[in-house]
Amino acid sequence: MPIQYYIALASALFCIGVVGVLTRRNAIIIFMCIELMLNAVNLLLVAFSKMPFNIAETGASNASAGADAQLFVFFIMVVAAAEVSVGLAIIVMMYRNVHSVDINFLNRLKN
Amino acid sequence: MICSIIVRNKGSFRHIAAFGLLILLIANILETYGKDFFHVNTMQLLQFDRFGFLFNSIALGATLIYVLLTGKEIEKSGKYAAEYFTLIFFVLCGIFILSAYDNLLMLFLGIEIMSIPLYILTGSDKRNLKSNEAALKYFLMGAFSTGLMLMGIALMYGGTGTFQLEVQRISVGMYKGVSFLEITGLLFLMVAMAFKVSAAPFHFWTPDVYDGAPAVFTSFMATIVKAAAFVAFIKLCDVRMTATLGAIDWKLLFALIIVFTLLIGNITAVFQQSVKRMLAYSSIAQAGFMLFALFNVNDVAKEGLLLYTAAYSLATIGIFAILVKMKDYTFEGYNGLAKTQPVLAATNTVFLLSLAGIPLTAGFFAKYYMLAAVVKTGSYIWLVVVGVLFAAVSVYYYFRVIQAMYFRNGNAATETITFSFKTGLIILAAIIILIGILPQVLLNWFYF
Repeated sequence: MPIQYYIALASALFCIGVVGVLTRRNAIIIFMCIELMLNAVNLLLVAFSKMPFNIAETGASNASAGADAQLFVFFIMVVAAAEVSVGLAIIVMMYRNVHSVDINFLNRLKN
Repeated sequence: MICSIIVRNKGSFRHIAAFGLLILLIANILETYGKDFFHVNTMQLLQFDRFGFLFNSIALGATLIYVLLTGKEIEKSGKYAAEYFTLIFFVLCGIFILSAYDNLLMLFLGIEIMSIPLYILTGSDKRNLKSNEAALKYFLMGAFSTGLMLMGIALMYGGTGTFQLEVQRISVGMYKGVSFLEITGLLFLMVAMAFKVSAAPFHFWTPDVYDGAPAVFTSFMATIVKAAAFVAFIKLCDVRMTATLGAIDWKLLFALIIVFTLLIGNITAVFQQSVKRMLAYSSIAQAGFMLFALFNVNDVAKEGLLLYTAAYSLATIGIFAILVKMKDYTFEGYNGLAKTQPVLAATNTVFLLSLAGIPLTAGFFAKYYMLAAVVKTGSYIWLVVVGVLFAAVSVYYYFRVIQAMYFRNGNAATETITFSFKTGLIILAAIIILIGILPQVLLNWFYF
């Protein structure tokens, strides 16, 4: 399959994520949309790591050619997990105080 | 190398933290002069150069002063004092990675190691709704910009086939030189970094977060962390954006961002009633000035960025140190401070003058270097004019505080001020004036 399909799929996922972040009002859903963005990136990286033009470009035709991108995916997963733990803690803290995860509550700082 | 993670499990108080920072600072300065303590093979992921070392020294020095001045407030801001210091050390660890990264993987990790502890610090005041709100907002915005940054990195990888900062451009097959993917990726990355340094139009989280977070941590966020993001940004500009200058006009893009940032930051700062919020907007305005360094990366710009980091961080840390001692954060709260606490008022004046860029303070030379970097390009002289005009606007809102302290009658209520706190402030003010008179003291390190 040509690389364009992967790029299109990843950008579609990414755009869904961005639109979700910008339009939804529920903190948890926004959070899920951010995860969707990260996973779109993961998909794209894995696709790039295996695609022929990439190997031709770097001039390395051995098996380890795209290994750095695959490694990067693992790092993204680890960091995403760290972010989830901190983020959910913050959302829970918020919920305890206002009993809602609606970000429309977040306008006390405006004035 | 210097990226030492200091693990503190229990009972770490500000003295231990300050001591650790001092040791790190000394080690870092020695390392700058070629002493190799231990060598780690970083597989070309990190590259330590003089600029990075010098920045690390400044960041460490500023953090040391920060901990010494406001350590007591850090302990007071929540139940878990030791954790706050540990988180600050984690942030510093991320900053060291950012000042030395040579690979986009390290850029990503550095930014994340720096940001995630900050989300926690922002929300450290758990009972306070404002702090919660600031933390959530900061977290959502930060995670969103991380997503954008990762997309940028992935696209750049697709375009060049490597994560290294330095790309050997070989024209094999249809991908000659700079590809479309790389440019798109760079644009994503630029947006993400603009989020981190709070440049307009991606600044909107800044005032809310800086206002809501406990004042001690705002001080840290607005100074050292922001400067570190700038160092990462300038490195990116230096290598990647210069290489792709043929494909896209970065200069025009940056010129627009600079003008927009200066406009928003300065104009909104004028209308603020709370000093804390005014400082948040002023930090956007100062970010606009720091962006001048990215406009045209040359030696003057790099030196200027270091000087700006030092001048801006020290002055802002001083102002916030005084701010957390105040009972009332509005301008009225400062009325008549000169009568009740003359030392505080005098040092605060020095810090504010430095931020405004009045000669004889560090801020003047910092701004001068920034503008000189643009003048060196030969074009875009109008940008310099805009910069100077907005510097003049900024004088207005900084002087409002000075006016409140000296020329208004009132009873500025402060918490008890210890003698050592006053001494610290005086030393800090002396450093700022010293840098203002002899900027070469700091910059000689650069040429060596």
